[in-house]
Amino acid sequence: MEALKLELKEKIITLLNLEDVNVDEIQDTDALFGDGLGLDSIDALELIVMLDKDYGIKLLDPKEGKAIFQSINSMASYITEHRTK
Amino acid sequence: MSKVAITGMGIISAIGNSVEENLNALLSGVSGISTIENIDTNHRNSIKVGEIKMTNLELSRLLDLPEDNNFSRTALLGLYAAKQAVKNAGIENSNEYKTGLISATSVGGMDMTERFFYDFIENEENRRYILINDAGDSSHKIADNLGINGIVTTISTACSSSANAIMLGARLIKSKQLERVIVGGTDALSKFTINGFKTLMILSDTFNTPFDNNRKGLNLGEAAAYLVLESDEIVQKEGKKVLAYVSGYGNANDAFHQTASSENGEGAFLAMEKALKLANLNPEDIDYINAHGTATQNNDLSEGRAIESVFGKNVPDFSSTKPFTGHTLAAAAAIEAVYSILALQKNIIFPNLNFKTKMEEFDLVPVTELKEKNIENVLSNSFGFGGNCSTVIFSKSK
Amino acid sequence: MKKVYINGLGNISCQKTFDSVFLEEVVVETDENVLTAKEPVYKDYILPGASRRMAKGVKNGIVASAIAMKEANVSTLDAIITGTGLGCIEDSEKFLKSIIDNKEEFLTPTSFIQSTHNTVGGQIALGLQCKAYNFTYVNGGISFESALLDAKMQLETEESETILVGGIDESADFTTNFFKIAKVIKSDNEKNSSILDQKTKGHIAGEGATFFILENKKTANTYAEIASISFVNRLDPNQIESQIESFLAENLLAVKDIDAVILGINGDVDFDKYYEAISNNLFKNTAQIYYKHLSGDYHTASSFGVWVGSKILKLQEIPEIIRLNSVVKSNYKNVLIYNQYLGKDHSFLLLKQC
Repeated sequence: MEALKLELKEKIITLLNLEDVNVDEIQDTDALFGDGLGLDSIDALELIVMLDKDYGIKLLDPKEGKAIFQSINSMASYITEHRTK
Repeated sequence: MSKVAITGMGIISAIGNSVEENLNALLSGVSGISTIENIDTNHRNSIKVGEIKMTNLELSRLLDLPEDNNFSRTALLGLYAAKQAVKNAGIENSNEYKTGLISATSVGGMDMTERFFYDFIENEENRRYILINDAGDSSHKIADNLGINGIVTTISTACSSSANAIMLGARLIKSKQLERVIVGGTDALSKFTINGFKTLMILSDTFNTPFDNNRKGLNLGEAAAYLVLESDEIVQKEGKKVLAYVSGYGNANDAFHQTASSENGEGAFLAMEKALKLANLNPEDIDYINAHGTATQNNDLSEGRAIESVFGKNVPDFSSTKPFTGHTLAAAAAIEAVYSILALQKNIIFPNLNFKTKMEEFDLVPVTELKEKNIENVLSNSFGFGGNCSTVIFSKSK
Repeated sequence: MKKVYINGLGNISCQKTFDSVFLEEVVVETDENVLTAKEPVYKDYILPGASRRMAKGVKNGIVASAIAMKEANVSTLDAIITGTGLGCIEDSEKFLKSIIDNKEEFLTPTSFIQSTHNTVGGQIALGLQCKAYNFTYVNGGISFESALLDAKMQLETEESETILVGGIDESADFTTNFFKIAKVIKSDNEKNSSILDQKTKGHIAGEGATFFILENKKTANTYAEIASISFVNRLDPNQIESQIESFLAENLLAVKDIDAVILGINGDVDFDKYYEAISNNLFKNTAQIYYKHLSGDYHTASSFGVWVGSKILKLQEIPEIIRLNSVVKSNYKNVLIYNQYLGKDHSFLLLKQC
């Protein structure tokens, strides 16, 4: 799980071009959207594709992402439970 | 002079290749939404589109173009509709008056570029399509074919583009830079836009249902439509039949998000307010709203709220005609201009097909059956990415 | 009708034009046929969080517009009007490549959004929270001039008082290659020694974002008055002289009243003939200026020409590097700018000293 969390942080930084953010600056419980890391709805769409491409998880409604992308913790546990690759 | 005369119109869409065919489909409630045939896409079975069931070759032949032409589908559709508009306005000599063309497109020649992107480098065969990618190419081809020599330009503000073309055209007539101007827009379906909208997760896998609580997104479509706008001097001198008038218009920016509309629809509200003010009309003077109504979660909520802000408790009859045609992007406002003019001429409101359940956020219910009533003024909305919000008001010719 | 003034400039181009006076530090590239824009320090203008998804054209547009607004000392706008030939073409290419390469799977929205032609104007509005009129013109070589004409009409009728107008284009790998294949851009083995004695097809390409604050009142910072603008889709080379004469006549001017003429010469043997007759004949006693050896050519390169004209009228000087002949005037009052793109989209612009 810890390895997955680190992997997710690295992916988020690269995928979303968060050039000025370091892996250790993202806490597992930090809010990714809104006041936390400041991600927005376009980032959510990018993350949905990442779930599909890297973990074989297909979301059909962007609204489903809301709970999953709350924090690194929530992402990691959702992926662990639902991944197909 | 506050109103600008419309003396001709032409259209090609998924519900017909002429004004008459479009009118018949609107009157009989026949939708043009179908499964895609002309584009080979993986998404074939997961989307529905408003496709014109003619190949490029068929369109080229109808237009008497040589087989080795380098028209994009956007240009083919545009020329087809623009020719009708000019004919409808009874124009024989394109340069008798100071004439211009203001066209709108969002995909331009992308339908060809996406086919030959890697091929251009390796293969000489299709290189004639290299320079047609830019959006202005279709406008040039239409102007050349119609023999227009003068102000020819193109607007691309995503899904509000052709409303803005109508706006600029009206402005050019009012400022006397032009005496006659052909305005409208054209967009062909392309893999580029299908996949682009797919990434935004706003494409419905079934028939689009504007203003319905259970709406699932939009259906893309392809179309072209043009209007001929003429100065009062030409209308008087030639005793022209005026189909309707452009009486008001407004453009504003929502400045909220790159692709989504704000929840209260502020940009849309400002556009409608500006248009009413310019037309010197009160909200109660509007008899019908041809809504943008794309059937995305976001648009219909935002537009509905904006309509409520402008019209309060007395929202006029409204409908979205996108269940007939799909969302035809840069052409949408032009085809809906034709439908607005038809509504004025026939005193008929076209139904918002596929509507079943009222949205939970408000009490707005669109017109779902053909409705006859006297219509003096129609307000037409078109909103696009980049927060671009446009409204045009059409008024009856007396 | 109100007059229209240029009250602020911001120019990101292939030369140092954003923190300099007037082309005092330029480099005339002789090896490359594709020039790239000198990038400003984006962080000085755009928060990293906001810029992370922005295309080059968006960033350049935002910086150029910020510079123009600061110079004109305006913070609110009544309209934002942009012109672009191809929009943020780098992102269009990126999205198209991923459609083809990934067979329509695993696509993300960012590059699609940036590929929408009005994305620069839209993102400037978003950054400024500007809810005003927002238009984007996309008609090849007169994309920028269309924006100018729209702005001019609104300022003359007092519908607006302060308008941001700009021309933006980017270069991108595939499109550049295609343009080389189509001989729009000179091929790699053609050396770009001087665009004035080229005997081959194609131009030297460039990119940039040049923005203007236009207002219907004169200020201490006013550069010039935009007296007239006209464009036409098609002209033959032999019609240019009469077209210019009638354009001047409409403005109650004759050829002798023009103190400097700015020509869009770009080194393309097929199309520089449009400038030949007027350079050798009509304007032989007028100071002649060229600029595309510095800016490179692109659909909205003429915005660089308008920037040059504005600087000349305000500073009353013509840098040696852009002089086509040796005619010197004691006072530059009227400047004519003529441009065309691939023999189409001819534009005529008259600037006056204020």
